[in-house]
Amino acid sequence: MVAHATATDAVGRASKLVWPQRPRAWSAGRAQRRAVVAYVVALLIWQLGSTSPRWLGYPLPWISHVPTPGSVAVAWARLVSDPGYWRSWGASFVRVLVGFSAAVVTGVPLGLLMALSRPVRAVVFPVFELLRPIPPLAWVPAAIIFWPTQELSIDFVIFIGAFYTMVLNALGGADGIDPRLIQVARSMGASRWNIFHRLVLRAVVPSILVGMEVGIGITWEVVVAAEMISGGGSGTSTASGGGLGFFIWNSYVGGSYPQIVVGMASIGIAGFLSSAALRLAAARFTRWTAAR
Amino acid sequence: MMTAPIVWKSSARRLPASEVRRGAIQIVDATKFYGSGASRVLAVDRCSLDVRAGEIFVIVGPSGCGKTTLLNAIAGFHELDGGTIHLDGKLLCGPRQRARLGSDRVVVFQNGALFPWKTILDNVAFGPIVQGTLRRADALAKAGQMLADAGLRGYERSYPGETSSGVKRRVEIVRALMNRPAVLLLDEPFRALDALTKSVMHEALLAIHARNRGTALFITHDVEEAVFLGGRVAVMTSRPCRLKKILDVDIPYPRARSIVTSKRFRDLVAETTSVVHEEALKAHALGEKEG
Repeated sequence: MVAHATATDAVGRASKLVWPQRPRAWSAGRAQRRAVVAYVVALLIWQLGSTSPRWLGYPLPWISHVPTPGSVAVAWARLVSDPGYWRSWGASFVRVLVGFSAAVVTGVPLGLLMALSRPVRAVVFPVFELLRPIPPLAWVPAAIIFWPTQELSIDFVIFIGAFYTMVLNALGGADGIDPRLIQVARSMGASRWNIFHRLVLRAVVPSILVGMEVGIGITWEVVVAAEMISGGGSGTSTASGGGLGFFIWNSYVGGSYPQIVVGMASIGIAGFLSSAALRLAAARFTRWTAAR
Repeated sequence: MMTAPIVWKSSARRLPASEVRRGAIQIVDATKFYGSGASRVLAVDRCSLDVRAGEIFVIVGPSGCGKTTLLNAIAGFHELDGGTIHLDGKLLCGPRQRARLGSDRVVVFQNGALFPWKTILDNVAFGPIVQGTLRRADALAKAGQMLADAGLRGYERSYPGETSSGVKRRVEIVRALMNRPAVLLLDEPFRALDALTKSVMHEALLAIHARNRGTALFITHDVEEAVFLGGRVAVMTSRPCRLKKILDVDIPYPRARSIVTSKRFRDLVAETTSVVHEEALKAHALGEKEG
């Protein structure tokens, strides 16, 4: 738990430790206002940077190559009415969901199995550790060969992205259970099955939820590489519904730079939404950790 | 167990004490080594103790003297290398034979071991539910009643993390008693508490013990705590752990906080302290670490 805690709430908590804060009420409203200000400032920097040749006389490095917010907005406005763009959203969401669910459904049991059984851990863990450093991208050719359909190949690459995190978090969570809790449960007459489903399965929930939050982020990172497999699905138009990852690649090939940014921002939003949904769910399931 | 969910209290009142009391422990020549080969250390050396049914028996000794080893052997967390332990005449564990873990002996740990994901009420109801001795609803009702009896009404729906360490410790004792153990094994349960909370806990423990007919085996290195709680206090030698002396605390229960200023109490504390101090000096000379 400790090792993984950084992802969820540690940012807020750690900052309180590092920066002694003035004793002032910190309301949710204030935090939201600050978030809005941050978005506005970021947009402003983007606008100034991308138009620097005009107002500064020479292009600022890197940022001046970025399409202006205006051009991106125009491209986006056009795409909003394009059903192909929304099909891409749908396609990517389905792939992320399938790959991610598969990673949770297989990764959590494998992690728990390794935590509970020494022989299983001794056999599986070395192989696991050897496979883990292989980046999801490197699995793309193998995935194409392995799986009968294009869609399954994409799902598989996404699955690889989240799988290791899920296994490690389930394993770490189960390893981190206070042995005294197990002793006390056994001395109160709990059977092995009781200990598994009343203790282990409950105690690992926070660390599995953290794993899911990290994992779903990785799946959105992987989606671009995975969707290069697809080659766009049906048509050749820039918004044919091949998925958001493919959409970006295709916009690059087609030379439509504002659309690249639209695609990037879309993935950002999609990832943000999935993480937020997971966090909401996590807060419901782990009310007991709030007070610790 | 038919009419009222709380049979314990009422049955204890109905029957003569001699019939209800259980939890007599005979420890004979208990011996335990730690480590192996050249680094083998004798932790407990032919230690014999007789704990009477229903008493509060306190074991005092310097930190790391092997008190916890004895307690763990009774609880069934590890085995002895020699000697036997009987509970109410039945063999609990012998040489190289670990005691069966069972709800007749429940441990209350030093730093607490409540299930953080369960509410206080669910924590207390845990034992009967997993043992299947009570239906869930009955177990919860009994747990609520026991919490109320211990002055913990209002905490039922809190999570352990939301309560103070004093409340947590009391809940843990109540949770242990829910199993109707013959022996309550308390391993320095109040060690981490501040002095004020500690004195409140002492009175709470005495009140709880007076209502329940079981033995309490209490381990501590705090002499005042030992004398205030104990019917008898056993002082153990430093490593290896052996019985040095048993003191009878002839101050009748119920004991009020005020006895701590009485001459008899101070004399007993002084006597115990002088015995413990010798051992503490020896432990210090050996460089024993806290624990």
